[in-house]
Amino acid sequence: MMAMLGFLSLMLAVGCAAGGLVALLAGHRLPHDPARAAWGRVAAAGLFAGVTLAVVMMEAALIGFDFSIRYVAANVNRATPLLFRVAGLWGALEGSILLWAWILAALTLLVAVKYRGRHPDLIPSVLTVLFGIALFFVGVMVGPANPFARLPVVPPDGRGLNPLLQNHLLMAIHPPLLYVGYVGLSIPYAFAMGTLLSGQHRDEWMTLTRRWTLVAWTSLTAGLLLGARWSYDVLGWGGYWAWDPVENAAFMPWLVATAFIHSSMVQERRRLLRIWNVSLVILAFLLTIFGTFLTRSGILASVHSFTQSLIGPVFVAFLGLVMVASLLALLARLPQIRDEGGLDSPLSREAMMLLNNVVLLTMAFTIFVGTIFPLIVEAATGAKVTVGPPFFNRLFVPLGIVLLMVMGLGTALRWGRSGAEEMRKLGWLIGITLLTVTALGFAGIRGAGLVALGAVCFVTVAQVGEYVRGALARRAATSESFPVALRSLFALNRQRYYGYLTHLGLAIVITGIVGSQSGRIEVQRQLLVGQAMQVGGYTLRLDGLVALPGADKLVVAAPVAVFSGNSTALAGSPGSPGALDILRPSENFYRQARTPVPTPAVRSTWRQDLYVVLMAFDPAAQSAVLRAVVTPLVSWIWVGGTIMVIAGVLAGWPSHPT
Amino acid sequence: MAVAPNMRSSWPRVWAGIAGAAGAAVLLLVLVFGLHRDPKAIPSPLIGRQAPEFVLPLFDGGTLATPALRGRVVVVNFWASWCVPACYEEAPHLQRIWDRYRDRGLTVVGVNIQDQDRLARDFIARFGLTFPNGVDRLGTISIDYGVYGVPETFLVDRKGRIVHKYAGAVTEEMLVSEIEPLLADADGASP
Repeated sequence: MMAMLGFLSLMLAVGCAAGGLVALLAGHRLPHDPARAAWGRVAAAGLFAGVTLAVVMMEAALIGFDFSIRYVAANVNRATPLLFRVAGLWGALEGSILLWAWILAALTLLVAVKYRGRHPDLIPSVLTVLFGIALFFVGVMVGPANPFARLPVVPPDGRGLNPLLQNHLLMAIHPPLLYVGYVGLSIPYAFAMGTLLSGQHRDEWMTLTRRWTLVAWTSLTAGLLLGARWSYDVLGWGGYWAWDPVENAAFMPWLVATAFIHSSMVQERRRLLRIWNVSLVILAFLLTIFGTFLTRSGILASVHSFTQSLIGPVFVAFLGLVMVASLLALLARLPQIRDEGGLDSPLSREAMMLLNNVVLLTMAFTIFVGTIFPLIVEAATGAKVTVGPPFFNRLFVPLGIVLLMVMGLGTALRWGRSGAEEMRKLGWLIGITLLTVTALGFAGIRGAGLVALGAVCFVTVAQVGEYVRGALARRAATSESFPVALRSLFALNRQRYYGYLTHLGLAIVITGIVGSQSGRIEVQRQLLVGQAMQVGGYTLRLDGLVALPGADKLVVAAPVAVFSGNSTALAGSPGSPGALDILRPSENFYRQARTPVPTPAVRSTWRQDLYVVLMAFDPAAQSAVLRAVVTPLVSWIWVGGTIMVIAGVLAGWPSHPT
Repeated sequence: MAVAPNMRSSWPRVWAGIAGAAGAAVLLLVLVFGLHRDPKAIPSPLIGRQAPEFVLPLFDGGTLATPALRGRVVVVNFWASWCVPACYEEAPHLQRIWDRYRDRGLTVVGVNIQDQDRLARDFIARFGLTFPNGVDRLGTISIDYGVYGVPETFLVDRKGRIVHKYAGAVTEEMLVSEIEPLLADADGASP
């Protein structure tokens, strides 16, 4: 019943997407026909209604244990808690395509309604592109990735979610955020392509899509941040980023979107980089499709039954189609969107933004090559190779340092041509940076870490300098007090001043990365209950082994008392005074998994994280194998990332005219 | 056709288009190649070897000893009733293979592992499976075959050699393409 209704609603969605596409294409010669726009709105509403109904049916099936549906049987069992039954929608291939299509349908309807009666020569072309993309995703679901496919016999129970996903609450929000980011990038793409298709505009789409891009970028940032946090909290190796293809797939569009946010400002201000911007947006969109393909086709991380899946070839075909269509549209309109002028001076903000674009694209290209290199080698020679973190780290350290320098310079220099005032500013910046580097050098920091921290200092001082100068100028002009003046800066130019806040957040993140990569102490040891071990200034004492049966899992926890210093005389009862903390690392046994999933316990301070994993235990001998990792400055990554996300939200927040 | 000055200015565009299209084509070809291989496939060391022999106590009484199947093509399928959804997807396909080829010299053998007797019998009854099916109570058969998870399916030729291993659900079409040549090879001299 639910399977039938769900499939029928998907058919409705296919009909609406196809109908909208045909109606808009057929009306292409009558750009000002109001009926055309009306049809577009009706089709968008129908598309959204159809996909929404399918999502409701799927959620009802997941929540109500309808194991006749293959997807439900594969991702939910009778012990799965409600939250993870709901989140089961994005736990595997078919459901996540449904989620993708749902977000896209919502955005399509939003575009159709929001711009009703405005830009009549542009919006129909934009909707045409959106319907084209939507048609692919809903089409995939009535074809090779039908989420409502049924099993020949209803199993008594389902298998359940991948326990790594069920083991953390972030699973409930990380994928949807990432998907809003991914799908959100199809809006600037649709506007860029719509601009090319209509052939009547050059710069309007920049202004129209600014906020859409910011929302997509902020969601991607939040998604990446939560993904790193999930990896840190669940995977048990004490790291947050492994250059895994799935991570790379989300990072590449983020880099390109970041580049676009900067270069779009150059086009808005200086009417430059038009072709470049269209190309960037096309690239960002292609990377979201490519990322989905990478993570969902099984080309790099295979699922058991992937050979039967048609999803891979279908995605490759769509990727090819988007490439060809975008390239043709771009080449056809190239003369119309060519820039008239050029850069006035290399010592300008726009020159630095262009340079930042080059660095960001080089980063994205590095990741792309590293991700796909094993495939190329295997295609060419048949040999299997892997590309690991050393490759990425080697290239990202120098690229990251250059990026930070350019960020600082871009903030300090002015649009157009910098003058004596900016040179003085630069002098101050360089002076403060050199002083800090010297101090850090005396503090014992050496090598790439020192250079990176110097670059971080350069960026930070540049941003803070802008705030101080802006607020002082405002105070002089309005006689507001300094804090009030500072606050009015944000109200007057949200994008600019929240943009600087994003830079500061990134500086904090990079400090965290530099710190955590520099000095990691790791100890693994087998302890009897009552025994202690030392790691990096902490003493850990195993206080027992506790089994806690839960609804969906059995948790075996090992309470560990944490003491500071190398105190060895710690014999005593559990919970003895003087303990800084009691950590409870555990192993979680889910019935759908053969091996337990460890849940590390973390004691986090601003200086360092103590990360304890229960690797193994023996209840008979009352012993456990613990791995303890002390990593400096990890919490800076979460703090800085959160600042970036908040700044992104506030920069894109609708401002009230004052 | 365009006149000469326009021709000149359109050449860079043509070249850009050709370069872009070539890059895209190469990338797509690599991806298509990538789809034709399984990155996690670990070739089973058993391929080409004699299939380990076993004696299987069957659900409907009696036992099945594999030496008795020499001269027939054998499909050995490891399964469990809790293996959702893959075992549920492939069960009808295995039954169809049995119906289609049992009179042409093929036997499907179901080996149930890590399961409860009642649930396993229920599974067989609900799918109406009629090929010989039994329990690997001590797990020795799955160890001999190096079974990593369920379902896994091994294809054994008339001479008792393992010629193919499938991890994950099998389909009738997948099996037919491998079985036909093995059956055609009446004297068992398969390549």
